[in-house]
Amino acid sequence: MTGGNLRRRRISSAVALAASGLATLVGLALLAALLWTLLSRGLGGLSWRVFTQTTPAPGSSGGLINAIYGSVVMTLLGLAIGAPIGILAATYLSEYGRAARLSKVIRFINDVLLSAPSIVIGLFVYTLVVIRMGHFSAIAGAISLGIIVIPVTVRTAEDMLRLIPSSMRQASAGLGAQPWRTITSVVYPAARSGLLTGVLLALARISGETAPLLFTALNNQFWSANLNQPMANLPVVIFQFATSPYPNWQSLAWTGALLITVFVLLLSVLARVISRLFGATQGSVE
Amino acid sequence: MSSVVLPYKLQLRREARSEHVFHFMTLAAAFLVLALLGGVLVALFYGGWPALRQFKFGFLTSSVWNPVTEQFGALAPLYGTAITSLVAMLIAVPLAFGIAVFLTETCPTWLRGPISTCIELLAAVPSIVFGIWGLFVLAPILQHTVQPWLIDTLGDLAIIGRLFRGPPYGIGLLTAGFVLAVMVLPFITSVTREVFLSTPRSLKEAAYGLGATQWEVIWDVVLPNARVGIVGGIMLGLGRALGETMAVTFVVGNAHRISTSLLAPGTTISASIANEFTEAVGTLYTSSLIALGLLLFVLTFVIIAAARLLLMRLESRGARI
Repeated sequence: MTGGNLRRRRISSAVALAASGLATLVGLALLAALLWTLLSRGLGGLSWRVFTQTTPAPGSSGGLINAIYGSVVMTLLGLAIGAPIGILAATYLSEYGRAARLSKVIRFINDVLLSAPSIVIGLFVYTLVVIRMGHFSAIAGAISLGIIVIPVTVRTAEDMLRLIPSSMRQASAGLGAQPWRTITSVVYPAARSGLLTGVLLALARISGETAPLLFTALNNQFWSANLNQPMANLPVVIFQFATSPYPNWQSLAWTGALLITVFVLLLSVLARVISRLFGATQGSVE
Repeated sequence: MSSVVLPYKLQLRREARSEHVFHFMTLAAAFLVLALLGGVLVALFYGGWPALRQFKFGFLTSSVWNPVTEQFGALAPLYGTAITSLVAMLIAVPLAFGIAVFLTETCPTWLRGPISTCIELLAAVPSIVFGIWGLFVLAPILQHTVQPWLIDTLGDLAIIGRLFRGPPYGIGLLTAGFVLAVMVLPFITSVTREVFLSTPRSLKEAAYGLGATQWEVIWDVVLPNARVGIVGGIMLGLGRALGETMAVTFVVGNAHRISTSLLAPGTTISASIANEFTEAVGTLYTSSLIALGLLLFVLTFVIIAAARLLLMRLESRGARI
């Protein structure tokens, strides 16, 4: 191996590693650019009006309160539908059927559903609920969000339940408790913060979902609290307003996008913090 | 005495009954996950049946999409879906590879956590936000600087040139590919980073011991060892890109046509559904859109399932992805 050859190899190594650093910079710059645009275009439209007035007609002033209300209602309903089912399914995978062949299949299908396109879920609920009911409705929107919640919760909840040491289950069984009592009185409380993390992540996932709401909840120009009627929601309002030619609508769209993004990012960070604390206490238990 | 024993037995029996109920509930919830997949397939097939019966295989091979004459073919959206996803992969995979190398090899330890968190936060940003950003920020930049440059430098070349001809619209297949690349970047990065980290330390030490440079260790030892995982990660990202809806709908241009130029507007399966579904009149139009949804679901299912199978082999080796 000649000295020149070694130098060339060292140089090419340094160049390649520098390029990888550059790639990281590009990735970080993209996030920064996205957040910067959101702040610079969305912050200007942020005023008390956004939270007190309903969506305006083109050219007049207004806010987003009906869309915010609709989003909160449908997101919470979606969580109420999806999270219990997800946690129960995760309970089966982790507690009753951990080694069963059925569990393997369900885990696999769940992972596939986790990455399935959300617009397809919207179509599914459209054919199943909207056509049956004969009209678009907030409840159909909540159901499609609930369906998206299920695989997210199953995945995280199973991981969290599995972290509970089996000695705790054995101790409970040794006192004569049936499995269901062990699960509800020992395993769930021990995994509480982990399960909460999973639910928060699911909430973050559905807060910005637009595609499944397009033809389930549709949109509503006015204030509506009727679950049986179309309901305004932030993502669809952003979509409609951003693609419109009216400046006041576009400005509201940016403000809405800023609100959603800040909310979702805060949730993700919160979920991380909770799961880190959980991991720490778990270590001390074992 | 018996007055104490009886309630105790009663309680035991009640406990046992609760156990049956709870066990059944968890099993039912688990089955619901299976039923969900089957239900989606059946419902979409049922909804798309009128179109599938009418056009048969012609639905896949025709590029005509005419609501007036009620002629519908999926070729243009299929083409757009494939091209935008391909562009996204060409951009995202090298970037993700670079970031994973940096995070596992060169980055100072105290910076690793914050940087990976930032990249992962990119995945949490809702897709509609990527859409509005792509339309108002990225598209003008591409239209005024990147696309004219591409047309001038590559447009005259013999074969690749055909991809870069025509006016710079700003929105189109290339822009959609760009936005998709940003969106799938965090997914591919995190899988790649995980499999890089699972390389046995002894293998790397052995390579360094033989005098390999840092890059040679990455390229000749870490990469071959991580190959399966990276392919799995790429396919996972591809599955996301194929089905991504809102971001693409904003920037793809929504034109039902097939053009060789990447700069031209086009459409994808998901964008067509998002744009036209609520406005579709007539059974055939609606059911054609649902049939498109079925096509998309089957497509992503196959790719994501293959990716998961690849990654599952790794998970059994200890890596949790």
